[in-house]
Amino acid sequence: MKMINADKKLGAIVIGTSAGGLTALSILLEKIPPIYPLPLIVVQHRSKDQKTLLEEVLQPKCKIQIKQADEKEKIEKGIVYIAPPDYHLLIEKDLTFSLSCDELVLYSRPSIDVLFESAAIAYKDGLIGIILTGANSDGAAGLQTIKKHGGITIAQSPAEATFPRMPSSAIDNGGVMYILTLKEIQEIILSYR
Amino acid sequence: MNSENKEFTDLLDAIRYVYGYDFTDYSEASVKRRINNFMTNRKIETIDMLGKVILKDERLFEEFIQDISVTVTEMFRDPAFYKSLRNNIIKRLATYPFIKIWIAGCATGEEVYSIAMLFKEEGLLNRTLIYATDINQKSLQIAKEGVYPLENMKQYTSNYQKAGGKMSFSEYYIAKYNSVLLDKSLKQNIVFAAHNLAIDKSFNEFQLIICRNVLIYFNQKLQNNVINLFYESLCPFGFLGLGNKESLLYADKKKHFQDVDRNEKIFMKNE
Repeated sequence: MKMINADKKLGAIVIGTSAGGLTALSILLEKIPPIYPLPLIVVQHRSKDQKTLLEEVLQPKCKIQIKQADEKEKIEKGIVYIAPPDYHLLIEKDLTFSLSCDELVLYSRPSIDVLFESAAIAYKDGLIGIILTGANSDGAAGLQTIKKHGGITIAQSPAEATFPRMPSSAIDNGGVMYILTLKEIQEIILSYR
Repeated sequence: MNSENKEFTDLLDAIRYVYGYDFTDYSEASVKRRINNFMTNRKIETIDMLGKVILKDERLFEEFIQDISVTVTEMFRDPAFYKSLRNNIIKRLATYPFIKIWIAGCATGEEVYSIAMLFKEEGLLNRTLIYATDINQKSLQIAKEGVYPLENMKQYTSNYQKAGGKMSFSEYYIAKYNSVLLDKSLKQNIVFAAHNLAIDKSFNEFQLIICRNVLIYFNQKLQNNVINLFYESLCPFGFLGLGNKESLLYADKKKHFQDVDRNEKIFMKNE
């Protein structure tokens, strides 16, 4: 991964996924140490009727703190924030979260595009956007926005993804700079310490 | 501040000056997103251009307001909230000879009718007056009509049942083509009116104020102002119901409220 300059000043990592995302996220996050220099902000599409929250499922598998993003909460490094079910998650310029109940985007709320686009405006070139396995095209437009603002964009290799549609759509849309396996994405995340 | 941002704040300032609508203390990320959607749909390329056209064209401005202030809602959204109202505050409200409710930011009215159904089933609707307000005139018009898409009824019926509804939900509407018309008796004690939380004042005293998923669209300063407005508008020991993800955490008046149901964000004014 020599192409990615690890010295680049970063503000955050945003991750979007849907079907198959729980396993992929577990692999991606499990090795991140509890003290980590960036916030990670995650949208996963889930049914709003799910009994358990994503953060409750992920926390036992991870060392880094995982919590649901709260309305107007200040974003801190070393925390994985999960978008709450049935709300869009947006990032304000002052690096706090806002929630919204706006209409579904690509049948989804939270929407990956909504998070990514607001994150791109807030973090500009200091952002890594990652699209993992999933069964629709959410995130493709958002990754392009991140790229346009000078951020780094990554898609999980569709060949590896349990559901290739989401990374494939992002790649077809032209917003992806690097196509990588989960293991390679994990290495990049761990290279920022 | 970069130039794009200056254009954006200039636009909001101009709208406030020319039309009296104040979006300057809204959550910026959401407003920007809505403005961008409006521009994409209308093929307007720059914020500068948008300012030029909407400041001149009042009809286009009406559409603009409607687009950027519309909120999405459903009947008995978050059924547990309604269940908690039923279990925790109905009995206390029943002690008043006359009950006044303010539903602030009622959008297209789904929550208003949900509350009316709940109060009807609890035998209180005939001595209750519901003030339902919103900034968006078109939404208010839809709310007044009480006509909703038939396709939503499956979801609403499920919500209604989870909320502890005592009837069969289908008794509340007549289906015609792809729409349903709600039982007119629900409307008798509802007043729909325009009210702008960002600039308008208190207009009555209420035993219950419900304002769900509206504060999330405001910045902390405006959230605080609106909580103050609710505080002034509540009678002693009046109740306040907020959205699932909203709180009084950052409000000056935090100490003047106590939790009735912490999970469902139902509060009571202390004195």
